[in-house]
Amino acid sequence: MSGNERKVAVFRKEHFNAAHRIFNPAWDDGKNAEVFGKCSNPHYHGHNYELIVKVTGVPDPETGYVMDMKVLSRITAEEVLEKFDHKNLNLDTVYFRDLNPTAEHIAMVIYDLLRARIDTRLDLQVRLYETERNFVEYPA
Amino acid sequence: MVYLTRLEHFNAAHKLYNPGWSKEKNETVFGKCANENWHGHNYDLYVTIKGDPDPDTGFLFDAKQLGEIIRERVIEKLDHKNLNLDVDFMQGKLCSTENLVIGIWQQLLPHIPAGVQLHGLRLYETPRIFVEYFGQD
Repeated sequence: MSGNERKVAVFRKEHFNAAHRIFNPAWDDGKNAEVFGKCSNPHYHGHNYELIVKVTGVPDPETGYVMDMKVLSRITAEEVLEKFDHKNLNLDTVYFRDLNPTAEHIAMVIYDLLRARIDTRLDLQVRLYETERNFVEYPA
Repeated sequence: MVYLTRLEHFNAAHKLYNPGWSKEKNETVFGKCANENWHGHNYDLYVTIKGDPDPDTGFLFDAKQLGEIIRERVIEKLDHKNLNLDVDFMQGKLCSTENLVIGIWQQLLPHIPAGVQLHGLRLYETPRIFVEYFGQD
């Protein structure tokens, strides 16, 4: 029954809806508008974010699991969905007080939140879709 | 009769909130959609027109021009906006997807070219939730 230490990747897909604004507080409104365009609208805009969490490791010889997907689902719900779903990323979360909530930064924040809860023997990568056509991955 | 559908999309913030109710009642009825500081969606808008193909072009209507009309009359007003605060035709209305699709219909109808009819709109708020509107009939 040995898996010969071969690694397998397992994926969990989740989604959340949030408002945000791309804004650098060190710049004036004019420069923010010039660089970020309509993404810097002072009244915010929003997205349906799709999150794919990838966990890679050797299946446990007793369970056959890389990771129990129910546990991964619960951790993702607690660390990501409860904090971000139906929220304003700039105003309602603690993570983007001093960090621009671009897709790149959101993915890095999500990675850090999940990394702290997942066995260090397992590799972790997150892919975040801001729209169907724009997505990021971390780590690159 | 042929039906032609054009898909456009926009991203926007909104909240579901009835200003005539208390904060508590809004939260009871609308749940997390009433979040004071907004949330947002990627909306997909399907616009369907109907009529007979032009004998000279074979087109019901030029789909490229239909896209331009939708973008000029609707998408420019909605994309990367706050539906409650930034959109003239949603002022004083609850920003539900239902009311939004009716508002979009009213924006588009006067600009549909002669010889074709606006048949219906389908508006997706999420990949799993959409509304349809076919006018007042």
